[in-house]
Amino acid sequence: MATTQDDSLIIETVMLAGKIMVENGADMARVDSTLKRIACNAGIDEPKIFETTTGITMSIPRRYQAQVEPITKRTIDLEKVSRVNEASRAFQAHKMTLQEFYNKLVEIDTAAPFFAFYWQLIAAALMGALLVIMYGSSWEDFLPTVIVSALGFSCFYFFNTRFKIRFVSEFIAALVIGFFAVIFVRMHFGTTVNQITIGALMPLVPGVPLTNAVRDLLAGHILSGIARGAEAALSACALGLGIAFILRFM
Amino acid sequence: MTWIINALFSYLASIAFGVIINIPRRALHACGFVGMFGWLTYMFVKQIEGGVMMANLVSALAIGVCSIFVARWQKMPTILFNIPSLVPLVPGGQAYQAVRFFALNNNILAISYLVQVAMIAGAIAMGFFLSELVGQLYFKISNR
Repeated sequence: MATTQDDSLIIETVMLAGKIMVENGADMARVDSTLKRIACNAGIDEPKIFETTTGITMSIPRRYQAQVEPITKRTIDLEKVSRVNEASRAFQAHKMTLQEFYNKLVEIDTAAPFFAFYWQLIAAALMGALLVIMYGSSWEDFLPTVIVSALGFSCFYFFNTRFKIRFVSEFIAALVIGFFAVIFVRMHFGTTVNQITIGALMPLVPGVPLTNAVRDLLAGHILSGIARGAEAALSACALGLGIAFILRFM
Repeated sequence: MTWIINALFSYLASIAFGVIINIPRRALHACGFVGMFGWLTYMFVKQIEGGVMMANLVSALAIGVCSIFVARWQKMPTILFNIPSLVPLVPGGQAYQAVRFFALNNNILAISYLVQVAMIAGAIAMGFFLSELVGQLYFKISNR
């Protein structure tokens, strides 16, 4: 018979794994299956786990053990999701003990490698310009889009890391993108405002919440699906509002 | 020539979005190929006059199935591959036009674009749904 301390460690491990996955943008079906697998491998026959995008709760039947873990921030970092997945596979294959697994999770949560800012900037700038060409625009729009995307993304990054309000940073980034697209075309640097703006907005599109919303809804996690859908809709509205502002007054 | 440029650019664009959302480095390459496959499917269906909705649906289905199998093969979560690949399909152009016409006080055109956005999003969701179905069917049959 396991002691209370063991039960407590099991629950804490499961909670931490779930928290990292939900915070960094995993879909609920995967979170659910991973957490159940961890709990089963730790020796619990029928764990009761309930997870939403804003919190997780887990209890062990007949042992009077339950905990709640609130989730307050949501970012996107799929590297962490992937690492939790790998660690849980290793735990399943009995390559590490529960305590080691817990330490590994703490390590993942605090220190996972992230692409440096300049790499992200290059990626965002390139991506906008590539998509403009893919959508059938002329090559003259390539260079302006690179510059406008880079400006928009760095603006988004700056406000997002300083002020922690995602929707405001999206709004300001959209303002900057619209403003410079219009200015560049007036200076005859680039041909169409529409194409440049669309390309430059693409790196900011809420792709992860959108895809996850659909997946969650299809997998039966209605609550999380709707929450994520609302998040994606708010982001899209913030972007649209910024652009509408520019188009109305310039 | 257009096809080669599109193939190359969709590969690079998928990788670029992968870098922005920080997917693991060893998944980048595979993710680029899934993105390329999806975009070429989209272009092909459009080329044979399949219509925009059909193109989105088939392309989302292709991306979904492809990323399920790549995820199995690489032993990584499926979302690493299908989110970056899906980005070129996002109806950004139509959404932009909708916002533009709302700002210019032309509500009727704006709503017609908004309906298009909703339908494309629905088509992509439907494609995903079908791909999950195909994946589950395949694994059920192969495990027997």
